[in-house]
Order: sequence, then structure tokens, then C-alpha cells
Amino acid sequence: MAWNVVDRNTAGDLGPGISDAVRQKIRGFFDRYPTRRAVMLPALHITQEALGYVSLQAMRDVAEELEVPPSDVLDVVSFYTHFWTHPRGEKTIMVCRSLSCELLGGRELVEALKEKLGIGEHETTPDGRFSLMTEECLAACDHAPCMMINEKMHKCVRLDQLDQLLDDPDNDRLDMPRSDLYDAPGGEKPDYAALARQHGHHDEPAANAEDDDLGYTSDVGEMKDS
Amino acid sequence: MPYEQILMRNVGVKNSQSLKVYQQAGGYASAEKALKMSVEDLVEFVKGGNVRGRGGAGFPAGIKWGFLPKERETTYLCVNADESEPPTFCNRVLMEHDPHMMLEGILIAGYATRTNVAYIYMRGEFTEQFHIVQKAVEQAYEAGYFGTNILGSGYDLECYVHRGAGAYVCGEETGLIESLEGKRGWPRIKPPFPAIAGAFGKPTVVNNVETLAVLPHIIERGLDWWNGLGTANSKGTKMYCISGPVNRPGCYEAPLGISTRELIYGEDFGQGMRDGMKVKACSPGGLSMGFLRGDLFPENPSKGEVDLTSDYDELDCILDFDDVRRYDLLGLGTAAAVVVAEDTDIRRVLTNVCRFYALESCGQCTQCREGTAWMYKIAQRIEAGAGRSFDLDLIEEVTKNMGMMPGMSICGLPDGAAWPIRTLVQKFRAEFEQHLAAQAPNAAAERIIATNPAAYDLPVLQGRALQPSGGTYLVPKD
Repeated sequence: MAWNVVDRNTAGDLGPGISDAVRQKIRGFFDRYPTRRAVMLPALHITQEALGYVSLQAMRDVAEELEVPPSDVLDVVSFYTHFWTHPRGEKTIMVCRSLSCELLGGRELVEALKEKLGIGEHETTPDGRFSLMTEECLAACDHAPCMMINEKMHKCVRLDQLDQLLDDPDNDRLDMPRSDLYDAPGGEKPDYAALARQHGHHDEPAANAEDDDLGYTSDVGEMKDS
Repeated sequence: MPYEQILMRNVGVKNSQSLKVYQQAGGYASAEKALKMSVEDLVEFVKGGNVRGRGGAGFPAGIKWGFLPKERETTYLCVNADESEPPTFCNRVLMEHDPHMMLEGILIAGYATRTNVAYIYMRGEFTEQFHIVQKAVEQAYEAGYFGTNILGSGYDLECYVHRGAGAYVCGEETGLIESLEGKRGWPRIKPPFPAIAGAFGKPTVVNNVETLAVLPHIIERGLDWWNGLGTANSKGTKMYCISGPVNRPGCYEAPLGISTRELIYGEDFGQGMRDGMKVKACSPGGLSMGFLRGDLFPENPSKGEVDLTSDYDELDCILDFDDVRRYDLLGLGTAAAVVVAEDTDIRRVLTNVCRFYALESCGQCTQCREGTAWMYKIAQRIEAGAGRSFDLDLIEEVTKNMGMMPGMSICGLPDGAAWPIRTLVQKFRAEFEQHLAAQAPNAAAERIIATNPAAYDLPVLQGRALQPSGGTYLVPKD
């Protein structure tokens, strides 16, 4: 696994920081918990909604709000799979790869998506529209194979539906009343296309990207064909 | 005959998530009744129902509450809605269709444990469910079921939804507590148990969503009704999940004690396999509990007795808290079954299971972090048709040296990894051996040369290659 090594003395661009509105929203969680540190996950969720990912500067800012060392924030960010340390696309596709989905075609679904989007796991399309990742059980095994596009769960996805699904502009819209508790304040949204241009569509593996040895990119498939 | 739907009574009802519909079905009446009881009576009452935890371990909820120290100021209640065990989805169904049932359970459990703050720890993948539950919590606050002086009883309870961010290990109760505190979800060394020092160092109770959801019904209908359901040591009703290539995958409620066969083939449950296929394997209790042999194997001639040494059909396993152990399963777990059909390569199942634990191990204890990744590598090479003759024994060896039972780990994740992997290798050994025998003679050696030539060139391995018994997978170069 390769880590992006950042020297804090010579580090140049730490990425975007969080806005005052985001700070304000994070502070709104303080009275829910007896310690400030417990606001970590809500703070990171809101930060990621606002910035598109959790930048190094954002980690520092969150640390400042929660009164913890920045390394503690990095510690948490790197542990959880939902936090991205490099920019992602507007829509993140999470495909389930656990047993029920795999038995009913989950593995083929990932391969088809990789081919259609031209990207690998934890990568983003050049136009900044889609990022792809696989997830362990999404708890919708009765509708296997399933995948999520941002918040929207797509159930019983068939390969021949994929084109239509990817082209649908509403493929991540929930048809239900939403709670904005964990949203970025005021619907703050990053410019995903600019992020993708700036950083390229393929970043170095980040802290929470998985080891090549452990993903679907293994040589298992190739060995089988030969 | 269909079983009475109790927890799932509102599934399929229009607007079942709303407070109004829940109240029309008699909702929150039990909470009102409970708030009039004394705390001690309520705890005794729940103990009388022997409500065993629905989250996996099967520990009785009333006894768990009883561990709280008598003298305490602050208590926290954590609701474990981090349903990450594949292939379990009963909590999702419950929260999606009837969030108020869980909230009423929280109110009752909160009162019984003298809690003033309850956190619903919900996994990050639950997005629609988060919006539903958050909305329901807001409704409950408005109706006065949370907040101060609830229903005039003088009891205060705040309820917050806390979202996780994708980590299986946060379903372990101390992992959940660590994550709630804003740290990485590393399980804690016990003791002290959460009941003594849990969230924020205070006495804490962690209960599963379904465990809480049954509380209102026990109070409403009484202990006699509850104890009349289920088997000797497993009382009450349970939401069973069935998924995989069955005709009707889904979540179905039944009293504890149906058999695996009924869950797969029953008219009220899975309604049999797709295309009339046979069952090769079935994991009846969530992945971590282990695998059963399916009806692809011959029937056991001595009915009622379990013979683990022969490849017999094991679908007669009763899904309650006790019978599963006779079949070398870890426990009932979440009672979520996944079925593997006869046309599925068992090696692919093994790789999938091993990958899950290799990726979800939190990395704290060495034998789990290294053992799960090691087994994943072994499974990958077996699937690639490059297995080594001793690989199956090696996997068994590794599984026997990880987990809490041999006293090697902090939490139960490695036990949960060892069981499915070991039962797969043991119970389906014949098939694995067939695959190994059918491999190209030098496949294992070629794979290691192709994937890791440096390792092949290691002098120590070259030395082993000279010994026929030592390096069975190595061939001398030229």
C-alpha cells in the first residue's frame, strides 16, 4: 500500500479548507455529545459533503473545531471507507460485493462498470461525473445484486440496465423527504468537474484505498481464463 | 400456515413510517404502560421473557441491563443499527417500514436502564433509512415521546441519530462505542464491560434494533404469550432473512425454531430454489456463523443425529439459539441465510468470505489482521487453480489459532472469520480436493514464479525445493 507522504514543513497545497457555514453547522452538534471529539464523524460527513472529499486542510480545520490534534482526524479518516482523501466525482457508485450479490452477479457488475466508465476502483472519470468503489454488504441482499449511487439504492441491477441507469440524471435522487442533518449547509457543493481537472482522474492510492492485492483487480480472473 | 406478523405487521401498509399509522395500530401504548411501572419491575419483567439479543451473540437483554452498577449518575443507551453482517437486512426492513417500533423500544429500554441520552448508531450505508429514522425521531419529539418529562412521568430522554462511515467492526459493541466517541472503531479490551465503563467512560447498554423492537410487544401482550412462542431456550419471534438464488428472497417473521429447510423451501419463506436447483451450501445465521451442507448431499440415515464427519444433508438444522451448535455453527447469529446453489464453484464462495474478513479486520490484533489476509491469499490461489496440496490443512490450522475462543483477540471478529472459513473447508473438502487434483501439475509453481519471482528465488525456498516433503509447490528451475 502506498501512502501519500506529506511533510508538514514543506507541504504546499493542502487543498480547500472548510467554510464558516460548515464550522457553524459542526458546532451545532456539540450539545448532542458530552465530548467535542464525538462530533468527529458528523463533522467529517458534513465536510465531505461540502468539499467533495476530506482535504488535509479540512482535517486541520476539523481538528481545530474539535480541539484535537490533526493527526487524530487523519487517524479517523483513514479508518473509515466512506471518507475520501482525494477528490471524487459528483456521483459515487458503490457496488456491493458480498456473498449474496456475488452469487447473483455482483462481480460481473463491477467489471461492466469499470469497462463502461473506463476507471478502476477509487478512481474518477475525467469529467468528474462518476467515481467507483466496491462495498461490503449494503444490507439489501434480498434485492441482489445491488449498488448505490450516492444516496440512492439501486436494486436487482441487471447488466443490460446499466447504460440507462448511468445516463439517467436523477439516478442519485431520493424520492422521499430528506433530512439535511448531515448535509452541507445551504446545499454547498464543490465543483466536481474542476476538481477532476485539477487533480486528474487517477490519483495515487490514498490512505483508505485498498491494497491491489486485496481487490477485484487480482489476477484471479486472468488465471481462470488462461 | 402463515405465522402471525408481529414485528412486520406494518410492512406493506401505506405510510407505515408515520407516527399516525403506528399509533393507529396501538403504538406507544406499551411505552406508556412501561413508564408507569417501576424500573425494577420493568427489568424483572424483561428478564422473565428471556429476551435474547437479536444482534448475533444472543445474550439476554434483561441480564445485560442488570449488569449496570446500582449507583450511577449517567447512563447511555446505544442502539446498534450498524447492520453490516452479510447477508442480514432485517434491521433495514424494520427501520424502513416501522421506525417508531424501534423508537418505542428505545423509550422502554431507556427507562429501564435510567438512561437520559440514547444514540442510534446507524451504518453509513443506510441513507434512505437514515432519513426515515431521523424524520421519525423528529415526529416522536413533537409528540412528546422524547424530550423532558415524557408523558408526564418525569422521565427525560434525548435520542440522537449518529451515522457511521463504513466499518464492519463498528457493529461490535465496544467498537461501536469507540466510533461514537469519534475514534477509529477499534474494539476495547474487556473487562471493563460497557455496562461498567462504556461510552464516554460511563455505564452503557448496547442493544440491537430488533431486540428493542420486540419490547413493546412483550409489554403489550404479556409474558405468557411471548414464552409460548419459540423453543425451550429461545423464546419469541424472529425476523429471518433469506437471500441468494431462491425464488422469493426476503425477510420473513416466524417464531424461533423453524428449520433451515423450511426457510429455503417453505411456502411462507424462500419458496425453493431458482430453476429447481439443489442447495450446495447454506450459511443460516449470517456469514460469521458458518456453513451447512445442503440437500445436494445424501440424507443422513440416522435421523435426529448429527454426523459431521460424513457429507450428509444438514438442512434440518433448527434455527434457534441452541440447535445450531450441534452442526458446528458458532451460534444463531442474525438468522440471515444465504444459499449457495449446486452450480456455484465453492472456491468462489471461499474467496468471497475470506476477502470480506481480510478487508474488514480492524487491524488491532495480529492473528486476525494477518490471519484473515493470509487466508484470503490462500483462497485466491486455490480459486486461480494454483492451490497447493497443503493449503486446506493450512487454512484449518490458521482458523484454529485466531479469535476470542483460543484467547487470542480482543473482539469476536476473528471467531466470526474462522467459523465460516473452517466449516467451508471441512464440510466441502471433497470438492476442494477435486479441484486441487484437477489442477495443471505445475500450476502452483508457475503462479508463484509469475506473481512473485523474488520469493521464488529466495535461497531458503530453493533449499526447501530440494526436499520432496517440504516444498511440494516448488519445482527446480530447469
